[in-house]
Amino acid sequence: MKRAFYAGLFLAMAVLVMAPSPVMAQTKSEAYKDNIYNTGTLKPRDSELKGAVGQRAPDFTLPAVAGGKVTLTQYRGKKNVVLSFVPAAWTPVCSDQWPGYNIAKDIFDAHDSILLGITVDNIPTLFAWTNQMGQLWFPVLSDFYPHGKVARTYGVLRSDGTTERALFVIDKTGVIRYIDVHDINKRPPLENLVRELEKLK
Amino acid sequence: MKQVFWLSLLVLSTLLLSPLDMRAAGPPPVGGTLPDFTLPLPGSSTERDYLGLSSRGNFTVPDIKAKVVLIEVLSMYCPFCQKEAPIVNRLYEAIEGNPGHKGKIKLIGIGVGNSAYELDVFRKRYNVPFPLFPDADFTLHKQLGETRTPYFIAVRINEDRTHKVVYSKAGSLGEVTPFIENLVKLSGLK
Repeated sequence: MKRAFYAGLFLAMAVLVMAPSPVMAQTKSEAYKDNIYNTGTLKPRDSELKGAVGQRAPDFTLPAVAGGKVTLTQYRGKKNVVLSFVPAAWTPVCSDQWPGYNIAKDIFDAHDSILLGITVDNIPTLFAWTNQMGQLWFPVLSDFYPHGKVARTYGVLRSDGTTERALFVIDKTGVIRYIDVHDINKRPPLENLVRELEKLK
Repeated sequence: MKQVFWLSLLVLSTLLLSPLDMRAAGPPPVGGTLPDFTLPLPGSSTERDYLGLSSRGNFTVPDIKAKVVLIEVLSMYCPFCQKEAPIVNRLYEAIEGNPGHKGKIKLIGIGVGNSAYELDVFRKRYNVPFPLFPDADFTLHKQLGETRTPYFIAVRINEDRTHKVVYSKAGSLGEVTPFIENLVKLSGLK
């Protein structure tokens, strides 16, 4: 009797525990299993933007996860550049954003654009995290040390040391053409970015 | 003894589940039904024909002309859904290529958190042959208990348009042939 009661209780509790908590709307990919840290809902924006559309994009050089270094001006006269800052590895939303871009290479190609993914995480962390996304076609850069230097230059470093979820479109002459410092809790719709790339012609 | 066990289980789960039910706290369980939702009629006539729908406006899953409907909950942004796409395509081909299954088992996908544009990128990238429906604001995702992705739900649709969930699971569907065999068994499809 008692045992049966506890068995029933246990089962009911198990059902209860397995129910998801009502956090912000987001998808959880099976790819990351239980390794995504739940940040909860964050202050949508927590920094002061420094660059502006029409201004020259500040140059930078950062180490890439795949090895070597990438300098912004190496694309001058060759490619439009999309900078995608995401807050941090192993957090919700970000863990989805780049895999989406990863199947949209033809769209970036069609608009003569390269994508540079940037976070303030160190290379080993970025390596482990991006490995879960499959083979990425674009460079992932580490703005780890000095911490968030590039993010600070662009005015997207948050007070807790992570960055905004921000997109910068820089044309072949090195001029900023579009800035979207997005609500950190939400993913920017791909079509917004594509519309801006279409304007570059 | 056994009776007491089942009774306490029933009482407890009813107690604990009733408040959760209202906020769709879990994916539709096997043996249960789908939450109440409608989908927009596909724009393409091929897709409308596939689903056996001719009327205008919205439809529900049990409106689909099939005995079993397999729903894939996916996202264009999810790496495992991307990996799964060729497998689900093979499943579709295997069903369509089998006269015993064609017309009886049908597939749809729901792209949670995906705009129509984003889901179209997915469709084109993987040549998805079955209808996909965007759920940009996560409305369906919440109704479906915020499942992980990919997530597969199969429902058996009866003659009288009632239905029952016969499969509800996160992760890859695995090998195509055993999956179909299992689906046929679970749904009592002969």
